[in-house]
Amino acid sequence: MALLEIKDLHAKVGDREILKGINLTVNAGEVHAIMGPNGSGKSTLAQVLAGRDMYVVTGGAVTYEGKDLLELSPEDRAREGIFLAFQYPVEIPGVSNMYFLKAALNASRKHRGMEELDAMDFLNVVREKMQIMKMDQALLNRPVNTGFSGGEKKRNEIFQMAVLEPKLAILDETDSGLDIDALRTVAGGVNAMRSPERGMIVVTHYQRLLSEIVPDFVHVLAEGRIVKSGGKELALELEAEGYEGLELHDEPEAVGKLAGRI
Amino acid sequence: MTAVSETTGAWLEQFTNQLPAPVWLQSLREAAFQRFAELGFPNTHNEEWRFTNVAPIARTKFAPGRKGIVQAKFAKGPIQLVFANGHLVTRPESLPKGLEVGGFADDPAAIAQHLGKYASFQADAFVALNTAMTQDGALIRVARGAVIADPIEIFYLTTTGKEAIATHPRALILVGANAQCTIVERYTGVDRYTGVSECAYFTNAVTEIVVGEAAVVDHYKIQQEAISAYHVATLQAAVGRSAAFFSTSISLGGALVRNDANAVLSKGSDGTLNGLYIANGTQHVDNHTIIDHTEPNATSHEVYKGILDGKSHAVFNGKIFVRKDAQKTDSKQTNKNLVLSDDAVVDTKPELQILADDVRCTHGATIGQLDAESLFYLQSRGIGKQDAKNLLIFAFAQDVVDRIKVQSLRDSLEKVLFEKFHEHAQ
Repeated sequence: MALLEIKDLHAKVGDREILKGINLTVNAGEVHAIMGPNGSGKSTLAQVLAGRDMYVVTGGAVTYEGKDLLELSPEDRAREGIFLAFQYPVEIPGVSNMYFLKAALNASRKHRGMEELDAMDFLNVVREKMQIMKMDQALLNRPVNTGFSGGEKKRNEIFQMAVLEPKLAILDETDSGLDIDALRTVAGGVNAMRSPERGMIVVTHYQRLLSEIVPDFVHVLAEGRIVKSGGKELALELEAEGYEGLELHDEPEAVGKLAGRI
Repeated sequence: MTAVSETTGAWLEQFTNQLPAPVWLQSLREAAFQRFAELGFPNTHNEEWRFTNVAPIARTKFAPGRKGIVQAKFAKGPIQLVFANGHLVTRPESLPKGLEVGGFADDPAAIAQHLGKYASFQADAFVALNTAMTQDGALIRVARGAVIADPIEIFYLTTTGKEAIATHPRALILVGANAQCTIVERYTGVDRYTGVSECAYFTNAVTEIVVGEAAVVDHYKIQQEAISAYHVATLQAAVGRSAAFFSTSISLGGALVRNDANAVLSKGSDGTLNGLYIANGTQHVDNHTIIDHTEPNATSHEVYKGILDGKSHAVFNGKIFVRKDAQKTDSKQTNKNLVLSDDAVVDTKPELQILADDVRCTHGATIGQLDAESLFYLQSRGIGKQDAKNLLIFAFAQDVVDRIKVQSLRDSLEKVLFEKFHEHAQ
């Protein structure tokens, strides 16, 4: 059984249709990169998978571990093992990073029938992960993302991912706003989490992240559809030729649909 | 009969039936009652009462609070005064050096010298009524240079019975030069958690605080009246030169609530008026504040935050006066409101009157809802929607709560807030 199976997914925000029939299968152990120009629907896809309610799914299906993902609330998706690293992590003044992450981890543990961690156990879990992400422990006591630099915010996202140990990680433009050193730290954190049990979707505009996090598959998204899929070499091709060189209309899926009708 | 005498006339009987008082107090009472009769209860044509209709108070005939109550059950702090239905029932057993805590009879000379000298009854009918009805009250005196570590707590407890009663709590707090103390005033009714009250009651309180030169006074007011109660209160602080006065008002209970918190700042002093008000159902809570910079080089800070649910209505009016001589004033005022329902209403108005030219004054007011992005962020990490909402509501209140320096008070407030929002979640 595939970890995630997206079939002909359509979604809109307001009256504007953004996803116009996405098909994608992610198996455990695979890293899929989704690339595409601005406005192609990459971030929308990431947010729809995490359950953001401002996007309305108008057609298609998403199956996660055999369950209908679209039926689940955002919190249940997280508890079932889906993690979205935000493109713009949200600042929440007044809530400490520590309290937030402990509440999050315990919500998932409770959901899985595991015992909730007390403050000491939690700290032990967290310390080790902080070292991997080269994060200052003082960040734990600060309010969530508040006053963090761009790099600190992105590292905090991957740190949360490391603590929550999702089965499916979705990274939305995790490279944006990072200098090369910060990018390597973040990518190192992600690579440390690659495992045969875990699937990843890496959404990015640029190839440079994919030199650090080498994907198994690359998909190109344009105008709400996946227009091209390939191996990691596709990313390099895009880097050389840009998105303009793509033929937007020879979508194999569309051809297949037509064929099925005859 | 005019409308004014109709509403004030009912109080005449209570006024004339009061126990006799010393001559000086009797003349103060009489002057105050006369002023009350002239002013009458304010109506909404009065700019200061534009959004707060006190007709339910004016229309009700209240009985005086009866004596002979109660063993008050409160977590025992070392320095406590308890008034039950207006009568002093519990005093501290022992006191640290330099501190007097008791009733007005303990030190008539001090009362005669100070009572009514700060909270003027000329302009405010409720202060006038309180002054006219003054029988006893809390007297706290901190000697020059004394540092009192434990908070000095005053409880005003009202027990509701079959008849509507009114109490007029009064406190006079005199803090000598270079002294330091913490005052906690709590107003509460016995049915505060059931939400079912047999009848309304009315608390009409006045607190006068004199902060001596270079003294440091922290003051907390916790208003946790029964949900059916009317609560009107004035805090008037005279802050001496180079002194620091820090006051936080927490308003949780009451059907109709009006808090006036006023501080007059002298040269080089520092004044803080903070507040947190939480309302649900049809609660109405009105906070009016005045920070009056009368002399140069004083600083003031004000953060008022409101959390409104149901069909509640909140009013905030924050006046900052900077008098002609008050050069180098530095003043900052913020009012933020979190509205959780479609039907809650907030009226907020900062009012700055600046007559000096070399000053820095900033103010800002916001009315907003829970941030959808923040909510989704928390949910996307596995935190349930209602828990996420509560967490954000807590976070909103946090900066006012964090600035409370009494640990036990902060803890009990966090607990109350938790229970309150947990109730909302049901």
